[in-house]
Amino acid sequence: MDRLFPKMPLDEWIVWGVDFLKENLRPFFDGVSSSLKWLTDHVIDLLSIGSPFILIVIIAALAWWISGWKLGIFTLIGLGIINNLGYWDDTITTLTLILVSVLIAIIIAIPIGVWMSQNQTAQTIISPILDFMQTMPAFVYLIPSVIFFGISVVPGIIATIIFSMPPAVRMTNLGIRQVDEELIEASNAYGATTWQRLRKVQVPLAMPNIMAGINQTIMLSLSMVVIASLVGAPGLGTIVYRAVTQVKVGVGFESGLALVILAMILDRITQGATKKTS
Amino acid sequence: MPEIKVDKLTKVFGRRPSQAVELLDEGKTKDEILEETGMTVGVNQASFEVYAGEVFVIMGLSGSGKSTLVRLLNRIIEPTAGDVWVGSENVADMSKENLRELRRKKMSMVFQNFALLPHKTIMENAEFGLEIQGIDKQERQEKAQESLELVGLGGYLTKYPHELSGGMQQRVGLARALANDPDILLMDEAFSALDPLIRKDMQNELMELQEDVNKTIVFITHDLDEALKIGDRIALMKDGSIVQVGTAEEILMQPADDYVRRFVEDVNLSKVLTAGHIMKRPETVHIDRGPNVALREMRRNGVSTVYVTGKGQKLLGYVTADDANEASKQEKSLQDILQEVPGVITADTLLDELFEPMNESGIPLAVIGEDDRLLGIVVRGAVIAALSGDDGVLNGNGGEEN
Repeated sequence: MDRLFPKMPLDEWIVWGVDFLKENLRPFFDGVSSSLKWLTDHVIDLLSIGSPFILIVIIAALAWWISGWKLGIFTLIGLGIINNLGYWDDTITTLTLILVSVLIAIIIAIPIGVWMSQNQTAQTIISPILDFMQTMPAFVYLIPSVIFFGISVVPGIIATIIFSMPPAVRMTNLGIRQVDEELIEASNAYGATTWQRLRKVQVPLAMPNIMAGINQTIMLSLSMVVIASLVGAPGLGTIVYRAVTQVKVGVGFESGLALVILAMILDRITQGATKKTS
Repeated sequence: MPEIKVDKLTKVFGRRPSQAVELLDEGKTKDEILEETGMTVGVNQASFEVYAGEVFVIMGLSGSGKSTLVRLLNRIIEPTAGDVWVGSENVADMSKENLRELRRKKMSMVFQNFALLPHKTIMENAEFGLEIQGIDKQERQEKAQESLELVGLGGYLTKYPHELSGGMQQRVGLARALANDPDILLMDEAFSALDPLIRKDMQNELMELQEDVNKTIVFITHDLDEALKIGDRIALMKDGSIVQVGTAEEILMQPADDYVRRFVEDVNLSKVLTAGHIMKRPETVHIDRGPNVALREMRRNGVSTVYVTGKGQKLLGYVTADDANEASKQEKSLQDILQEVPGVITADTLLDELFEPMNESGIPLAVIGEDDRLLGIVVRGAVIAALSGDDGVLNGNGGEEN
């Protein structure tokens, strides 16, 4: 290929940057890695106390309470099928990966979203970064993640967080910016500080949007779970991946169905929660 | 001392506001500045004073800068130049902390679309200002309830805004403002979103309420009738500038320029002006005097009837020239020929309500005050002159006899 200039060594720069981070931030990565492992293990332990049936009933009751009896019944049957097919333990692992990643994603995303809504410069800088995070093929995150954290559950979680966080940031920002200008004026006119205005007016009124963002984050993290299995994240993804490589169509369908059921339950529960907040 | 003194207050929207301020100082108009620099002059060197306890109306069409102006008073919009003195403090350059304190304690605002928090109850909405001040729950509930009762919403404490009609929602907005017990109320098109009948009710209620609470109110409206009805004084705005400040009568009868004249020409004067505005000093005869005195009085004024008064200008009746002539010949007293006054009116009777008694009476109408004291008379000519916009007849300047 003809070039006007010699090729820019972008790839080499990235490698150099990753190496530099790896050398110098070793303790940090180790710390993150061991905390995430610890957290995941304990959530799995927690969800595995008692027989699956107890947990199924608890989740079904939660679904019923938040979204109504139909979802309650669906949850009961759906999780029952997963258990019957023999994917219960893997489902628990996958659920844990999702819960941990989504929790961390939300903890990071909402403050960033709030900051963006208050600061035009922050919005200008962060918006393209969010575009980048969302459109960069998800596999690509796995490479540095593996370099930093090794083959385990951790790089999967990190990649999931990065990939699934943008909607929560965007929707928080959007929700706060969409609060009626007159209400903002009112809180200013009554002498509210920025913090009071956020806490008493903007965030409560942005809740439906924030919840919709969280719903999107959960859905994206579900789609990341299969990809994360490439770098050793356990759970349903691993089974799907193995089924693909070994051309086992039956197993592939069963494990895929388990993912679909899990996705539908999580989606409907968070949608119900969104309705409850508005 | 005025409660609020606004001095050359200016707001320019654009990239280099200070440049526009210089151009304004040179006397350039809003349009010229827009053309030259692309900047918009929101408020152009507005100066006025608002006195304690008065309802000061700022009126103008949309885009005239009135809503911007009211927001400069509590600095929700940052002024480009000029001063806003509230007492001895200048809002335009006070610190953030002082400004917050001013907004919390001294100035409350009522908004066009009510600006109630949809996720909070009526009670919690009324508490909002106090909550911001960090007042404890019990005290702020007491105060909020008190002010909700003041606006007639004592029975709706646990409802949510969407369960209330527009008029009721705005009462909550008013209660929220009053709960802070501020000296100054800023009301931005407070009744403009309400339908006409509710709007009239709210205007009346605001005026009644004002009798009790006696706040200094700055009221923004685009509706001239509303301005004339509730305003003690009115400032008329056009293109960001204040064109005229004055009482309703001054604006109607002595418009400062063609713009104001056009603005007010459709106003139904008969619903604004009162008997007090056009009555003239009455020529009277004391009851103890004889008919000849009455006759001379009538001849001197070129009229055929005269009102008869007793002690303290108390209106007793009237006599006609014919009767007085007879009485003079037969040596009767005024008492003997005294006729009962057909209809009396008070000083605040609107011209609109004068037509019927005036038609029935046939003599000038007597305007009476307390204890039947005769304050003045209203002649037909004065009514017609006033309605045709002749300010010569106002404030007892007199008119022609009918």
